[in-house]
Amino acid sequence: MTREPETKTYLGIPLHRPKVAFFEFTSCEGCQLQMVNNESTLLDFLSLVEVVNFREAMTERSDDYEIAFVEGSITRDDEVLRLKQIRKNAKILVALGSCACFGGVNQLKNRLKNLNWVKKQVYGKHPIESGLVRALEEVVTVDLRIYGCPIKKEEVEKIVLHIALGKSVVIPKFPVCMECKANENICLFDLGEPCLGPITRAGCDSWCPNNKAGCWGCRGPAEDANVAYLKKIMKEKGFSEDTIIERLDCFGGFAHFSESNKQRTQRKKKS
Amino acid sequence: MIFRVFEKKELKNLFEILAAHNKIVGPVEAGRDKHGEPVYAFSEVSDFNALRLGYTATKLPAKRYFLPFQENLSTYTVEDGEWQKSIDYNVSGPLIFFGLHSCDINALNKLDKVLLHSIYPMPYYAAKRKNMFIIGTDCAPQPFCFCRSMSSDTALHGFDMFITDLGTKYFVEILTDTAYNFLKHIRTEEPKEKDHILYMKTVSARNKKFTAQVDTTDLAKILDMEFQSDVWKHWGDICLSCGTCSNVCPTCYCYGVEETVDIDLKGAKKTKMLHSCNLIDFAEVAGGHNFRPERHSRLKYRYYHKHRGFVEAFEESLCVGCGRCGESCLAGINVPEVIASVRGGKSK
Repeated sequence: MTREPETKTYLGIPLHRPKVAFFEFTSCEGCQLQMVNNESTLLDFLSLVEVVNFREAMTERSDDYEIAFVEGSITRDDEVLRLKQIRKNAKILVALGSCACFGGVNQLKNRLKNLNWVKKQVYGKHPIESGLVRALEEVVTVDLRIYGCPIKKEEVEKIVLHIALGKSVVIPKFPVCMECKANENICLFDLGEPCLGPITRAGCDSWCPNNKAGCWGCRGPAEDANVAYLKKIMKEKGFSEDTIIERLDCFGGFAHFSESNKQRTQRKKKS
Repeated sequence: MIFRVFEKKELKNLFEILAAHNKIVGPVEAGRDKHGEPVYAFSEVSDFNALRLGYTATKLPAKRYFLPFQENLSTYTVEDGEWQKSIDYNVSGPLIFFGLHSCDINALNKLDKVLLHSIYPMPYYAAKRKNMFIIGTDCAPQPFCFCRSMSSDTALHGFDMFITDLGTKYFVEILTDTAYNFLKHIRTEEPKEKDHILYMKTVSARNKKFTAQVDTTDLAKILDMEFQSDVWKHWGDICLSCGTCSNVCPTCYCYGVEETVDIDLKGAKKTKMLHSCNLIDFAEVAGGHNFRPERHSRLKYRYYHKHRGFVEAFEESLCVGCGRCGESCLAGINVPEVIASVRGGKSK
């Protein structure tokens, strides 16, 4: 038995309850899972929006929505068509998570020269169509990016709440170090671990360093990130070129700063 | 000032007397670094044996107890079209600081000038500061300590009592009646002439151990002259703009305020968060204009606030010379080198 939630008001003013839809492309769907993960706030969240499409959580489908939350990267031609249709339907298209924002872990395969070899390794005798991995913004215009692998549910809730209230959406431009110090963690570099905290966009509340794991940069670069100098520092601290590149390349956020990406861009131009 | 000496074993008794009714914050070992060296931090302590009074320096100051990184300034509840505001200064009771070094005590004294004794005191700070009982303790100068250059190597006020390790005994300076009354509960003695001599010897031996220094002569003036100096560009090029220097600084107090609404729409909060002038978001204003989009200009202003602006306002620097910023900076940017480069007119 379902009951329509009554119109929410804030300070006596009825809130516009936007129709939202969730979609996924090439991804693990973990970001969407995060959305339904927090039962304690789920009902409040659902009363702010009207979810009309959410394959992971409901059976109903509708193409009438204002905000599309899109998880995943684009790897196939049919995904391009589907994403373009979503773009047409939605007023606001939100890239949800690292795959949608930068290609995510999926884009690692772009570094390999022979994509057919990759396909064979992964799918063996049952290959499926799977080309170069692209972030959403390489295919359509993206209005808002929600970073992270996975996204931080609290951050999404806040963003959606701010959209519903008409408040501006503020995402930190500064790096993870700021939150890590506030959490009084011992610096991972003092523990001898590599960490991308000094150049990665904050907002995760230094999730990994809180658990003594160096940052892998899943949220992409902070604004004005001094990537070149951190690389130098890491080298001086004895980390190998491979260790540094492995971290920077992992989620695709630092593609603009990386050497291997230059090759990728060249290849893309050719293809 | 009243002076006493007491046997070392008495300190545990003092701790236990204080701990019976109060929360105690002191230096503890938070972990070990990659070299196996202890990493010290200020933390709540209930066991005297967990205290590390001989600590070198903590990575972070005890800041979260007087300037929390994040703090609710006010909360609002909305009901039936009405709203109510409640303010909590976030003080749960008196707090005892067991073992602050002179630099950290002087940091509080400097913060007092801005947050306590200015025209508009900050009640959130005042409430915490007025509820502190501070036991200072002597220190061993580390290679990065330049507190002596900043006149922060000794504390003359801002604490209740200050203990100095004389080998078999502690020499204690008593500044407040609270401290005097607490000390009545342990066995102390009037210091004799030989204790005075031993104290002076100890302090003098410690003072010889300072290595780092900053030439502060005419510094405010020189900073004015060198505002356009190329050295700022050099430091800006290597700065990561991560804000760590501010977070580990015992006197950085700049902050941002954010207003948020609870997801159930029944409440709202005004939250203060410590910020750093090195962050790119720091000088961004409504409409998106950024007054300091370049790293070197942000870094420069941090130095100007510490060593010029504050000096003009209060005739002393806002820097206590604890050296934490330089120690924590991955790029190795540190006050002695930055100031020397400005004075030298060229980058290192």
